[in-house]
Amino acid sequence: MTDPLLIFDVILGLAIVALAVAVLAMHDRFAMIVLFIVFGLLSALAWVRLSAPDVALAEAAIGTGLTGALLLTTLHHIRATPPAPVPVPAGAIIANLGLCGLIFGGLVVAFLSTPLQAPGLALPVAQNMEASGVAHPVTAVLLNFRAYDTLMEVVVLLAAIVAVWMVERGTAQAPSPVMGEIYRGFARLALPAIVIIGTYLLWVGAYAPGGAFQGGAVLAAVGLLLLLSRLYRPQPAHRPLARLGFVLGTAVFAGIALLVASGGRVPFEYPAAHAKTLILLIEGMVTISIAVTLAALFHGREPEYASVSENHK
Amino acid sequence: MVIQILALLLIVLGAFFFVAGTIGLLRFPDTLCRLHALTKADGLGLGLTCLGIALLAGSAGEVSRIVLIWFFVAVSSAVCGHLIARHVRRSARASTEGS
Amino acid sequence: MNSGLIFGLTGIAVFAIGLFGALVMVEPLRRVLALKLCSVGAGFLLVVGAWQAPPDMPDPVPHALVITGIVVMISATAVALALIRRLHSLERASDE
Repeated sequence: MTDPLLIFDVILGLAIVALAVAVLAMHDRFAMIVLFIVFGLLSALAWVRLSAPDVALAEAAIGTGLTGALLLTTLHHIRATPPAPVPVPAGAIIANLGLCGLIFGGLVVAFLSTPLQAPGLALPVAQNMEASGVAHPVTAVLLNFRAYDTLMEVVVLLAAIVAVWMVERGTAQAPSPVMGEIYRGFARLALPAIVIIGTYLLWVGAYAPGGAFQGGAVLAAVGLLLLLSRLYRPQPAHRPLARLGFVLGTAVFAGIALLVASGGRVPFEYPAAHAKTLILLIEGMVTISIAVTLAALFHGREPEYASVSENHK
Repeated sequence: MVIQILALLLIVLGAFFFVAGTIGLLRFPDTLCRLHALTKADGLGLGLTCLGIALLAGSAGEVSRIVLIWFFVAVSSAVCGHLIARHVRRSARASTEGS
Repeated sequence: MNSGLIFGLTGIAVFAIGLFGALVMVEPLRRVLALKLCSVGAGFLLVVGAWQAPPDMPDPVPHALVITGIVVMISATAVALALIRRLHSLERASDE
């Protein structure tokens, strides 16, 4: 007796592979990005089926939603000139097809010979949940057991916004599209709700799927709505505040690690009595940083005084 | 048991409208017709599916979350439809003025 | 047959398709998307590695790694897209 949901899994898996091919084969670049967004959402659905709701939320919000917004805004900037088709020699295509076929075959053989459902680290994590300060295992791993990874990840996000501001300094920016009054009304209606949903996701991460990254991504949508509806226009004078937002998460995260270490402990070995408070503090600040940084990544170029951008031209 | 059968019927009916909307998206000739098929059929499909899921929900909290999801998806798909239609009209006008 | 097997093979296929695209595609925007497909394929394999048949809880450590990977990937994508926009504005300036 096969589980009927397995049929669903097979169809979903085939659809995901077909969409991956369609994304790369699509001629029109706008359609390519839209198909990619559909691909990302179906992948998130597959991860729900694999009982990984945290990963699915992160993929839907960050990997698909915000990445899609970044891709579309870039397309808006570069759309004026469709690329000249550069012929790729047939030999190169065949050689690469063969190479990727070999890699695919090798990975399939390796995957089929690896035992699925190996014990892994679920047991040690479950045994130490008491000491972590939160009740949701993924949050415990992210903010406590493997907090170094998460700290480095926040640093990578900080490095990305620094790089984007440097790369685009002084470039002319295509005017953003006019979205109209109905969109502005929608933004006014949706903004408070999104703030509540983002904060809820952050809060619920302590005991259920959710957390700083998912909440931060939802709050970044507030920034996107404000920028697109022109309810907020970035000003050069706001740059110090934005920079504070970028570094807040990294600074608080690293600061708490150092504070804990100065008490004669290993960094991130939070004292058990304060673990929950410290994790919530870190998560709150990291959420703010993620939201501000992702919205700034969407906006792209740093807001500059007119004279500064003139000098660079 | 009756509630479960009712929920199943509503979800199947909702899925039917989603399929109808998708066929419209694939078969209709231009963007505005496709939008017409998609927004109307999907709006109905969404409502029926949410109603079906709400019947199966375990608590009042879950029901209220499903209602919220229905509300925001409905509003944002309406706004999306408006934005796409607006873009189509503007680019049509720009191309007639240009030629 | 089970969900882990199905989606593991899906992930490997997506990874190989993305790799092929990244090697063969010429247009920068397409290449970025192809690499993004690779990262989703790798995410599939990690999630499958953590998966346990439903009554059992999955391993949370790979889940945390994939979430980290998703955030690192959007950072890398944003920098790549900024480079594409810069490249475009330089090309347009040299055309004029």
